[in-house]
This record gives sequence, C-alpha cells and structure tokens, in this order.
Amino acid sequence: MVENRPFLNILTHLVLILGVLVVAFPVYVAFIASTHEPGAFVRGVMPLLPGENMWATYSQMLGSGWQVAGAPPVWLMLANSTIMALTIAIGKIAISILSAFAIVYFRFPFRMLAFWIIFITLMLPVEVRIIPTYAVVADLGMLNSYAGLTLPLIASATATFLFRQFFMTVPEELMEASRVDGAGPMKFFKDILLPVSITNIAALFVIMFIYGWVQYLWPLLVTTDEDFYTIVLGIKRLMASSDRVPAWNLIMATVTLAMVPPVLVVLLMQKLFVKGLTETEK
Amino acid sequence: MQTKRSTYQNRWLPFFLLAPQLIITLVFFIWPASQAVKSSFERTDAFGFNTTFVGLANYTRVLADPSYLNALGRTAIFSVSVTLLSMSLALLMAVCVNRVLKSAKFYTTLLVWPYAVAPVVAGVLWWFLFNPTIGLLPHLLDWFGIHWNHRVSGSQAMILITIAAAWKQISYNFLFFLAGLQSVPHSLIEAAAIDGATPFKRFWSIVFPLLSPTTFFLLIININYVMFDTFGVIDATTGGGPGQATMTLVYKVYTDGVAGLNIGSSSAQSVLLMAIVIVLTFIQFRYVERRVNY
Repeated sequence: MVENRPFLNILTHLVLILGVLVVAFPVYVAFIASTHEPGAFVRGVMPLLPGENMWATYSQMLGSGWQVAGAPPVWLMLANSTIMALTIAIGKIAISILSAFAIVYFRFPFRMLAFWIIFITLMLPVEVRIIPTYAVVADLGMLNSYAGLTLPLIASATATFLFRQFFMTVPEELMEASRVDGAGPMKFFKDILLPVSITNIAALFVIMFIYGWVQYLWPLLVTTDEDFYTIVLGIKRLMASSDRVPAWNLIMATVTLAMVPPVLVVLLMQKLFVKGLTETEK
Repeated sequence: MQTKRSTYQNRWLPFFLLAPQLIITLVFFIWPASQAVKSSFERTDAFGFNTTFVGLANYTRVLADPSYLNALGRTAIFSVSVTLLSMSLALLMAVCVNRVLKSAKFYTTLLVWPYAVAPVVAGVLWWFLFNPTIGLLPHLLDWFGIHWNHRVSGSQAMILITIAAAWKQISYNFLFFLAGLQSVPHSLIEAAAIDGATPFKRFWSIVFPLLSPTTFFLLIININYVMFDTFGVIDATTGGGPGQATMTLVYKVYTDGVAGLNIGSSSAQSVLLMAIVIVLTFIQFRYVERRVNY
C-alpha cells in the first residue's frame, strides 16, 4: 500500500465481505433448502436456517433417486458426469499434445493445412452446429453412448496452441542432446517432452475437466436413455416435473451434489486452475 | 509459422500423430459445419422426401422475420448488460483484493469457485431465489411495492437471466482483472500519491487506462460467453419465455431446429452465428497479437 488510510482499509474489507456473501448466498440457500422436509416449501418464504432432514434427502437421492420424476439415482448421474468430464479432459490433452508435437518438431508437407484445420475448430462451437453434428452422431450410431457424448467435444484448438507455445520455449538442446544419444522422436517425446510439460498438462486438465462437467446442450441432445444422463442434465429433468410436485429439497440436494466435484477441483487445485485459465485464455 | 531449428525427418510419423485430432475435427466439426452451410440453401418438404435448392431464400426469410430480429436485438441487450454487470462487480472486487495484501489469497479463494458452477445450475439457483411463490427476493421486493413474477413479465425474466449469467462470470473476470492490476507498475502509483492524487483519482487516471488491454480482452470473451454459453441458464429458468421475451439467437437455433424441425431456417441461423463467432475470434486474435508487442 502506498499510504495508510484506515478508513479506506475498513471499507475495502467491508466491500469484499459483502461481495463474498453475495456470491455465496444462492448456494447457501440451495443447500439449506436441501436439508428441509418437502413440507417446508408449501407456503411462506423459503427457510434460511438448516433443517433436520439432510441425511434422509441425500441418501434418498444418492441411493434410489426420485422415481416420480423419472430420473436415475444421483450416484449414477455423478458417475456419468465423471466419465464424461474425465474422457473429455484426457482426450483433449492426449490428441492436442500429439498434434502440437507433430507441428513443432517435424517438417512435412501440408503442415500449414493441418494447422488451419485445427484452428478452424475455434470458430465452430457446438452451439452453432447443433443439428448437423447431431445428424453425424446419429448416423454413426453413437446416440446414447459415452463416445457420442464426448467425441464431438474433444477436438480443441486452444489446447493445441497452448502446447505449441510451450514446446517452442523448450530449449533446443534437449532435443539435440537426446538425438546425439540415439533416441528417436517418440522416445524423446515420452522421456523428455512429457515430463517437462507436466505442469501445463495438469493446469489444462483442471480447465478441461470443468469444461466437460458443465456441458449441457450436447448431453441434452444425444442422451434420451436415462442411464446416460449427466448430473447437470438430470437437474433439468427433475425441474421439468417439479411443476406438479415441488420437491425443492430433492432438487436442491441434486444441485448441491452437482456443484461439489468441480468446485472442489477448483479449490484444491487453485494454483493450477489460475494458470490454466490465464494461459488458455478461453 | 515456425518449427524448431532442427527437426526430425520422418515421412509418416507426423501424419500419424496428427491423425486423431484431424479425424475428429473433420468428422465432428468441418463436415457438420459444411452440412449446415449446404442445408441453409435448401428447403426440405414436410415429409423429408424432397430437398430443393432455394438459393438465399432461407436467409432472406430469416432476416425479414421480426422474431429473429427481435432475438438479435435482445441478444445484444443481454450481452451488454451481463458484460457490464459482471465486469464492473469483478473490477470492484479485484481492486479491493489488490489493496488487501495479507488476506488477498483468502478472498481470491472465496471468489473464484463459481467458475466451476454449470450455467444450468447457476440458472436454477437464481430461479429458486426469485421463485414467485416462496422465493426470498420476491418477498423482499414486495416491501418496495414491486410485484415479481418472471413467468408473466418479460423484462423481469430478462433481469433474472442477466443476474444468473453475470453471477457465474464474475470469478473469471475477477481473475483476469486481478492479474492486470498486479502488473501495473507500483512506481507510477507512488509518484501520483506523492503528487497528492487521491486513491480514487489514481485509479481513474492511471490504473484504469493501464488496464484497458485486459478490459478489451474481457469484453470480447464476455460477449462470446453470453452469446453461446448461456443456453443452460435460459433453458433452466425461462425456456425463452414468457412469450419470446428471453429468446436469444442460440436458443432460437435450438428451438427452431430441434423442437420446430425447421432445418433450413435453423441452418441459416447457424451460419449467421458462425459469422459472428468468426468476427469475434478475429478481433480476439488481433488483440492477442497486439498485446505481444505491448
């Protein structure tokens, strides 16, 4: 601080505390709602202090789910979300690091063409090619499958760029030394390039895991079989039936469970998360 | 574009390494996008038997359709309000965190986690708070004589999705503003302080102008976010309604194509959206290049 201004310091803390509370408030209310019995929402204003029904609600949702709404148990949806997020994160990293390695460490015909084909994916987010992509996935018989859920989201220009930028900063001597020692390109990739890229891989993993977890539009289109519902999609299905039976406690328990894994990833790996976010820049 | 000074000589290996990404890109990106372009020039009859080439008819119809033009205007208003709301709150938080040195990390942790909340979930959270029957906020608004029902009032529905979308984006903007603030040279601030500039004046005449690359970058990213990633927020809360009061461009592509099965019109809208993404990406890359020289 440049100079000491006690009043301004107190004001700063007040603004920050207020900001933190406003940001956290909707989640707090949702969690509180999940600890009450269904009867608490019939009339009046929503409760703001915890109820006593927490264990019953969560064990019901995790165990059998909410049959009336036609939603599968939450553990199944959490498992689907985890599979989807992990496949997307690992898949994106694997295919991007290989293609970046090819682009940086080899000279071959059509190199620029390959680069441009990858670059173009930046301009085609799934939202603008919804129907034809759905048609392709349907033709390949991949509706209601993990492959259909993940493959169309897995190509990523940003990850390829990030690895390309990083490989350009790796000292030339590493590659030359490994070549003098008689190592071929794949041995260099496996034993030298991968180990030095590990922080970048981890940072990217955090961002891509969250990207995969929060997907909604795509699962909405390609999964009609409830065995493949992700948790984010499941919430929407629960709400669709809530006009008849407002089971707020069950919906909000699902909402809470849907937030826990990705939020934990961000909080536990905050340093990698910030690095990943500021370096992928998207 | 450069490679390393010395490269490997291998005829097939690079193609083999590129194959997974190129195959996925061709099958799931380029081919569908070209199909969208193709069917935007065609009309399919009601039974799906006959497809005829109609030239620009789909485009002229879409661009003459008042509901499309309304969605365009609404998307613009939505983008601007979400961007302004979340960026100004994020800047306020970042400036405050940048002032408190000891507890900066603590506050940062408490502000970044909404990034991990899915847009649908953000929508559901605010939808619950604004629930007209039991919601807390409508009760509070009642004291001020405001009757809240976003199922009836289009502008209230718009406010609801704006708040939900902005809430989720604060953490992203906050992190970038904080990084920007931390790179402002300390000597400039000290010099201004010695000259007697108040903290308020120092912020507006030194810090804010120096932040302009970050601000500009965030503007583009936020507009991109609001246009494409808020599908979940809208689908969870208003479903485009009441009437068409919260129908954005992306939501309209979805409703016309998936629910309405109007493939020609939906494809034309997709192609127009692609054009918007291309412009935004282009601006973003121009900016990134400029910042490298900065």
